[in-house]
Amino acid sequence: MVTASGQNSHGHEVTLALKLRVWRQRKGQAGHFEEHALAAVPTSASFLEMMDMLNEQLIKEGKETFAFDHDCREGICGMCSMTINGMPHGPLPGVTTCQLHMRNFRDGETITVEPWRARAFPVLKDLVVDRSGFDKVIQAGGFITVRTGSAPEANNIPVPKGVADEAMDAAECIGCGACVASCKNGSAMLFVGAKINHLNILPQGQAERDRRTLAMVKTMDEAGFGNCTNYGECQAHCPKSITLDVIAKLNRDYLRARVKEFFSSTGKPSKGGD
Amino acid sequence: MALTGVVLVGFVLGHLTGNLLFFRGPAAINDYAEWLHSHAMLIWGARVVLIISVFLHIWTGIQLTLENRASRQGGPQVEATRRASVGSRTMPYSGVVILAFIVFHLLHFTFRQVALGGRDFQGDVHAMIRYGFSQPAVAVFYIVGMLLLCLHLGHGIASIFQTLGLRNERWRGRLEAASTVFAWVIALGFISIPLAVLTGLIK
Ligand code: SF4
Ligand code: FES
Repeated sequence: MVTASGQNSHGHEVTLALKLRVWRQRKGQAGHFEEHALAAVPTSASFLEMMDMLNEQLIKEGKETFAFDHDCREGICGMCSMTINGMPHGPLPGVTTCQLHMRNFRDGETITVEPWRARAFPVLKDLVVDRSGFDKVIQAGGFITVRTGSAPEANNIPVPKGVADEAMDAAECIGCGACVASCKNGSAMLFVGAKINHLNILPQGQAERDRRTLAMVKTMDEAGFGNCTNYGECQAHCPKSITLDVIAKLNRDYLRARVKEFFSSTGKPSKGGD
Repeated sequence: MALTGVVLVGFVLGHLTGNLLFFRGPAAINDYAEWLHSHAMLIWGARVVLIISVFLHIWTGIQLTLENRASRQGGPQVEATRRASVGSRTMPYSGVVILAFIVFHLLHFTFRQVALGGRDFQGDVHAMIRYGFSQPAVAVFYIVGMLLLCLHLGHGIASIFQTLGLRNERWRGRLEAASTVFAWVIALGFISIPLAVLTGLIK
């Protein structure tokens, strides 16, 4: 019997002996898996704590440690990024790698740990990938223009509750990139959809709405992400359970912006006009 | 993909409606065929739109597949799939087989060059279909082709709504169910004809 705190009926912490296959790669070179045995992993440890244990063991053995991304370790920053047994953020839906605990694995199990895999996310070292493609998309339109310096009066712009809720749901995206890593097309539509929805439905986001949508989609394509073919894998792997809704709405806003752009006024009479 | 898909779904539906006249006897379907052929503008207009749509559908499909393969770069060494349907993962393959089917189908019943024993049916479409499907290999190929069309449409039709932005979490399940049902109606409708001939239901 294992309790929620990871103790057996005698009050001892339950531990696992694991076989780990971890990706080893230097920037610009071909990578390979390295196999390591790790014993006495407490079931209450998080996946990242398990990786810390592995690195400590490697240091003691005088070997090179594995590089991996992490920061908050509480599921809000979006830095942790491991593909565990083929699943970005591991086997438990709706959690990040840092919030995944070892009680979700079996004693004696072989666990394969890989980086995010996509052309737009090149490997920097081992499990660390370069996600600056996402930054470029945000720079292209993931902002609103406001006067800074003094805080505006909060109740100046009324936001209906339903709209605020919808925007918050989209704003839950932590920009981790699991959607790209799980997509069989390496597409970033879930991420871009979440960001566009977050800003496009709020009154504060209206001024740049069309410009934002066109610019972010263009930048997304240029950054080398794939196209959406509606597999739905992204939603199933997103640690924040962002839904495909945001992609439908992104498509809707994109069509709208394209049509408006096509028929926009040029401000000048055409040749032969008066 | 979505816009050409709409045209092609429309065509498939129209084609099926015409085909089902087969069950109303030789007079009905032969008259229908004759009526079609006597309206050259109509038939050629439809054909031009169709040929363009098929071409664009294939072209964008190839581009999409190549681009997406490249941006995925092989993917993880351990592959895990949570919810992508079989239909969604086999779109390029079902598409290629359907294309092969269309080529055969045109050579067979439109240009009447293969598998008809060089016969001239003198405008008797009903007799031509009966003879065509009396050969088991041909009938089975038609049935397989239509089952793959079912798989292709099941994912394709639901996707049209998503691409055009006409879907949300509430409607997703319903639209997916509706497109699956639609795909099966189309496929079973087409399959009923070779099956009826093969089983000797219609002689
Ligand atoms: S949509 Fe989900 S999976 Fe994609 S970056 Fe945002 S939080 Fe991560
Ligand atoms: S380390 Fe911050 S979300 Fe996992």
